[in-house]
Amino acid sequence: MSELSTIEIAGLHKSFGALEVLRGIDLAVEPGEVVCVIGPSGSGKSTLLRCVNLLEEPSSGTIHVAGVDVTDPDCDIDAVRRRIGMVFQQFNLFGHLTVRENVTIAQRRVLKRGRAEAARIATENLERVGLVDKAAAYPAQLSGGQQQRAAIARALAMDPELMLFDEPTSALDPELVGEVLAVMRGLAAEGMTMLVVTHEMAFAREVASRVVFMDGGVIVEQGPPEQVFGAPREARTREFLHRVLEPTRVSEAEIRGDDV
Amino acid sequence: MKLSRRRRQRIVRVAGYIVFALVIAGALGAADWGRLSEAFFRLDVARSMFPEAITVALRNTIVYTLLAFVFGLTLGLILALMRLSSILPYRWVATAYIELFRGLPALLVLFMVGYGVPLAFPDREIPGGVYGSVTVGLGLTAAAYMAETIRAGIQAVPKGQLEAARTLGMSHVRAMISIVLPQAFRIVIPPLTNEIILLTKDTSLVYVLGVTPATIELTKFAGDALNTRVNPTPLVVAGLLYLVITLPLSQVVRALERRASRER
Repeated sequence: MSELSTIEIAGLHKSFGALEVLRGIDLAVEPGEVVCVIGPSGSGKSTLLRCVNLLEEPSSGTIHVAGVDVTDPDCDIDAVRRRIGMVFQQFNLFGHLTVRENVTIAQRRVLKRGRAEAARIATENLERVGLVDKAAAYPAQLSGGQQQRAAIARALAMDPELMLFDEPTSALDPELVGEVLAVMRGLAAEGMTMLVVTHEMAFAREVASRVVFMDGGVIVEQGPPEQVFGAPREARTREFLHRVLEPTRVSEAEIRGDDV
Repeated sequence: MKLSRRRRQRIVRVAGYIVFALVIAGALGAADWGRLSEAFFRLDVARSMFPEAITVALRNTIVYTLLAFVFGLTLGLILALMRLSSILPYRWVATAYIELFRGLPALLVLFMVGYGVPLAFPDREIPGGVYGSVTVGLGLTAAAYMAETIRAGIQAVPKGQLEAARTLGMSHVRAMISIVLPQAFRIVIPPLTNEIILLTKDTSLVYVLGVTPATIELTKFAGDALNTRVNPTPLVVAGLLYLVITLPLSQVVRALERRASRER
């Protein structure tokens, strides 16, 4: 480590029973970087992300977050998680709490902020995602896009040093994707360090400082978006991008596994 | 002649109504109305039961129910959490408890608490007299049922809720208290209300503990009145008073279930 990386992953393996999902991942994310992880389903993208804040326990390897070894059994994982915001595919807003309470509860219970301070910070972050007028609503009363923006506000209210996004737009109706991406683009522009698992290639191309392509539990290729999207070096990357970016031009011969 | 479908349906329906009317009319005609009202609806007998039927018997029935419910709910919550614990012996103990007390008749447990335990430990006694024995005796059984209900409720809260809470830096215990349990209880309110209805009726077993005039509940109260007046009207009165408790509760359950089905 020259300067302190925000995330430093070395030799990460993760198995679920006999299924090896991650097979040796090395990846560093520097402060202020926006790293987008792309790849086919089952390639281990989400598992990689979930290992960073230990929602999944790595089978082997080390992960440092802002210098703290989260894989160390003696590490105070709750303290580390406070510094890492996470946004889920299914939003996971607390259904029994209003939007405002969703954004204040961890401030109050975890950071021990006072009622007034927590409310002020909640309002700031709800303003930022354009949801101040929905503060009193319950999650079930919101659209998917609004729920996801509220979830982002909830994470931001903890003043994280790093944000993890796990396919944040995959559960959204197509017309609601844009509003969530707009919030994320704004965050990136402000210099937030972000690790984003996504299927939104246009977002990755435009916003990412680096794109990581994963397949079969390993990083196949990574580099600046112009390179990965414009001139992918690996055949697997080319095939994946072809299928994702030009779905109407996938031939029947390809899906039968014939030589292309 | 071939009947159209609509004609055939109409004939079947009309025949159904006719059979129903005949059966009802037959029953009404066959009944000995004088004897019936003399036995079950003697107003003077009914009147003599009041106000004690309400101020003592109904009150005690409600108090026994609530005490056993609170005891059972508390123990049930602990058992549910033990059942979901990552520590194996906790799961064993909780599972064994639940299987044991679901398998035993409530009356047997009540006998055990009311007579068995005092015989075994004559120098100790359950505090609260009859009230204490009822709380424990009925609550032990209720706890087993409620533990399973609460466990199902906790498991019905999506896993992502706990993950989101942990991600925000909450400890497991904090996340359970602030996020999971409040949602789990919302889910189990209807089945828990059903549990109160069952407990209400189980308080009729309390008489085996040898209640006094002050601690008497509805069924024993009606039974005593039946003996002294040699007339079954008190049983009808007691039945109606049980319904005063249970019918509103089942309405509450129905309303809650309607609301729950609308919300999610």
